[in-house]
Amino acid sequence: MTLETSARAGAATLLTAALACVAASALWLAPDDARAAPRVDRWSEGDRSTLASMLLSRLPAPPADPSNAVEARPEAIALGRRLFSDTRLSRNGQVSCASCHAPERDFQDGLPVGKGVGTGSRRTMPIAAATHGPWLFWDGRKDSLWSQALGPLEDSAEHGANRTQLVRLLQTHYRADYERVFGPLPSLQGVPAHAGPLGTDDERQAWARLSGEQRDAINRAFANLGKSIASYERTVAYGESRFDRYAAAALSGDRAGQQVLTSQEVGGLRLFIGKAQCSTCRNGPLLTDQHFHNTGVPQRDPARPDRGRSAAVAKVQQDEFNCLGKYSDAGRDACQELRFIAADDPGMEGAFKTPSLRNVAERGPYMHAGQFASLEEVVAHYVRSPKVALGHSELAHAGKGHAERAPIRLSDEEAAALVAFLKTLNGPSR
Amino acid sequence: MNLSPLLPGALRPRISSAAAAALASALLLAACATPADLDVTLQHASRQGKFVVLMEPPDTGPAVNQMHAWRIRLSAPDGTPVSQASMAFEGGMPQHGHGFPTRPRVTRELAPGVYALEGMKFSMTGWWDMRLAIQAGDASDTAVFNVIVTDSGIRR
Repeated sequence: MTLETSARAGAATLLTAALACVAASALWLAPDDARAAPRVDRWSEGDRSTLASMLLSRLPAPPADPSNAVEARPEAIALGRRLFSDTRLSRNGQVSCASCHAPERDFQDGLPVGKGVGTGSRRTMPIAAATHGPWLFWDGRKDSLWSQALGPLEDSAEHGANRTQLVRLLQTHYRADYERVFGPLPSLQGVPAHAGPLGTDDERQAWARLSGEQRDAINRAFANLGKSIASYERTVAYGESRFDRYAAAALSGDRAGQQVLTSQEVGGLRLFIGKAQCSTCRNGPLLTDQHFHNTGVPQRDPARPDRGRSAAVAKVQQDEFNCLGKYSDAGRDACQELRFIAADDPGMEGAFKTPSLRNVAERGPYMHAGQFASLEEVVAHYVRSPKVALGHSELAHAGKGHAERAPIRLSDEEAAALVAFLKTLNGPSR
Repeated sequence: MNLSPLLPGALRPRISSAAAAALASALLLAACATPADLDVTLQHASRQGKFVVLMEPPDTGPAVNQMHAWRIRLSAPDGTPVSQASMAFEGGMPQHGHGFPTRPRVTRELAPGVYALEGMKFSMTGWWDMRLAIQAGDASDTAVFNVIVTDSGIRR
């Protein structure tokens, strides 16, 4: 069944009539090749508007980050690209950003949780188009790409490095390139090899012994390291997918072009923007609302439940590297997201970021800690809508749905079609 | 400030019971259907008639996920601007059970009776409500507004 897979599909006579009508019109319009008459998919005005809004070509250029004044400079981008794959930026000399965000693997690692010098507690996130969202990480505890880049460097499970070690690395290996962008590096005379506010006990004590001026100068160079990496990451973009080619063809009336998706995939697309309710949160060219939701995804470690967004708001507000902080290049008025952050939303308990669905089929396992191995499991989760251990799931429960939202009900065939559609969202990421 | 106690259910969306029944069945097909007779006027009296409120969106848009500001013009029923009012804001998507992705606030009075509502952001298309709790002098009242957000901004 290829022509009409809408919610009205139960009306058999109507469907038969539609089939006959469409078949007749296809014959009439393509008399020279009637046997290979291309499938014609019919979309309502509302559907067409939704399809148009999902096109990658509708994505604006990456928004300027006023907190990173160098992000567009080619020298900053080139420096960031080198730093991104430099394993010296780690405790054991073996972990770079690219170790987990592997460029040849869509900038991720395929693991349930990240593995750096230790084992993390959340899934490695993709990098392409990350700068389009106001909050970084699964819980949004960072408010810029450059501030985000600093987190893993000092995380004991990721790079496990420390602040003076990293600035010394800049001095030893990147001095000329750094100074071309940011001006002179600080003197590290008398500064211990390993010191930082988030390190081991020894490193924290060494950090506390530095003067305020020393700490400030090192912090600034550390922030600039993040700004370089962010400048490079900002250039990583998604490429067109089969879905984009299909939607462009459907919108322009290009019948041959519409054959780039199979009838099953088109059926999945109808479900995606229709009764499967995916496009509620998966909207716009990146197929994300850039927000946080609790959908009852099982806790990876029930003994230590992950509170997600609700535990991250205070972190980003207090972060010395946030938009309002002294290492930001933005004025106060440019920090709207932070100034108007929803700090007390009870719906954020156990909520995690909606990642882009672009390239999703290349990016299992799924959810914030790789809880589901396959897209089939993901779709089954939304249909099952389990009870949550923490907070409140936004999904309605079958039989006793919210007043606001209907439960998601899909047959096996529909679930398979939805998964087939999700696999059409792959494109190059570079 | 939680406005919910100030805003009884009858006030929130202005929908008749017949429309509500129609809405309920429509929701079975499409969770995002917007009630047909939703009051989307941006100027009307507050609930008890103590104020007249005009909500002014930006001239164009705003795009989904774009941070922006509104102006609120607050006046007495006779049209006199009301200065030095304090207004608490809440809102969200009634059909999705979530609030704004940001915490919008009335930040300052720009001119007599004209207030800036900053930190506004619609994270998706559809029906959003905006609820004000207004306090000026001895008078307090509430007002509710609805907007339909489309891919090209607020439906006007």
